[in-house]
Amino acid sequence: MSVVKFSGDTSCPVTPHLNSGCGFPAPNAEIFFLEPYTTLNIGGMEFVIGKASILIALVAIIVATFFLAASRPRKMVPGKLQSLGEQAYLFVRDQIAREVIGKDGDRFVPFLGSLFFFVWISNLMGVIPLAQFPIMSSLAFPVSLTLMVYITYMYLGMKNQGPLKFFTGAMFPPGVPKAMYVLLAPLELLQLVVTRPVTQAIRLFANMFAGHLLLTTFTVGAYYLLSPSIIGVLGSATSFGVTVVLTGFEMFIQGLQAFIFTLLTAVYIGGSLHAEH
Amino acid sequence: MFNIIAAESEVNILRLPLDELIIGALAFGIVFFALAKFAFPAISKTLEERADAIEGGLARAENSQAEAAAMLEQYRAQLADARTEAANIRAEAQAEKTVMIENARGEAASAAAIVTERAQAQIEAEQAQAMTTLRRDVSELALALAGKVVGESLTDDARARASVDRFIADLESEAAKK
Repeated sequence: MSVVKFSGDTSCPVTPHLNSGCGFPAPNAEIFFLEPYTTLNIGGMEFVIGKASILIALVAIIVATFFLAASRPRKMVPGKLQSLGEQAYLFVRDQIAREVIGKDGDRFVPFLGSLFFFVWISNLMGVIPLAQFPIMSSLAFPVSLTLMVYITYMYLGMKNQGPLKFFTGAMFPPGVPKAMYVLLAPLELLQLVVTRPVTQAIRLFANMFAGHLLLTTFTVGAYYLLSPSIIGVLGSATSFGVTVVLTGFEMFIQGLQAFIFTLLTAVYIGGSLHAEH
Repeated sequence: MFNIIAAESEVNILRLPLDELIIGALAFGIVFFALAKFAFPAISKTLEERADAIEGGLARAENSQAEAAAMLEQYRAQLADARTEAANIRAEAQAEKTVMIENARGEAASAAAIVTERAQAQIEAEQAQAMTTLRRDVSELALALAGKVVGESLTDDARARASVDRFIADLESEAAKK
């Protein structure tokens, strides 16, 4: 076997082929940092306009336009678009807001619905041809959403249960031996203030990051292994087949993660509205 | 051998650029504004109105069904009433007719009896008168004839009258014998 050069070798192309003698260019974190198209300077701040920011703007326009178009004619007998919009609304209202928060969940439907569809379509951008970049794999985007969720349920909790009662209620859950509070109280406080928002953001980010990495690996593999030999064809076809299957799986994960993100938000809001069960 | 992990990679996947945070929040803000302000209230209103319309429609249908049933019941009762009434009227008319026929028949019979009786009485009276007239005329005629035969007037003679009467009585009795 000839000497295999590292893909980091400057003599290798960006996407080398097996025949070039270069090693398999396993995709790394660098695939998430694309060259920005341009930068905008607004009020002394540099805004990097890259694929992610273009796509997230596109997602905002798509989601907003879809729901505005679906809600506009307000017919008693709905058309296809209106019916779809109503089903989307009912899904968020019945499966998330009412299911998790309860009766007073209806007023959070706009927030939860915006979150779900914004995150879902953002995730979907990971498999849509030409876009093919999961927006939420840039940590800043999940973090900005999580921050809004965090502020929302912190505010609601302090407003509904009292500024102090909200924290003490979480720290000293009823029905626990008093001695346990020594251990439980700091953990519960940490959970409420730090762990919740961090895990909510990281969960979404990591899922999208890993999924995209996996898809890229098998996509590159299909090209890397392709050669006019039985092994080459079989290897390439297998890799391609796995890519197809994984794409389907990834789409499932995208929806699931959007749902989990929204569901957790509803759980946190519900916890803020009603004192610890 | 293979470059599996980019250990030398200089990118930090956990970095949080402020501009991306702002862009993310802004994009979400647009969606939230559009959905919370316009789309979802409209959809919610449509759903409520539809539910109302369906429930109202059902209630209305139920009402009109009950109304129709009540009306049918009423019509049936009225029809039954009308039938009994018609039967009563018919029976009454039948009875009236019988009475009328009976009355008419009675009246006609009595009227006929009266007419017959009167006619009978008149005939009898006329017969009696005729008999009287005939008797006198015949006796006068016979006396005149006998006077002519005897040559003298027997007209005022009581005996002559008596004999004539006897003769007529004889005639009558002979006629009765025959």
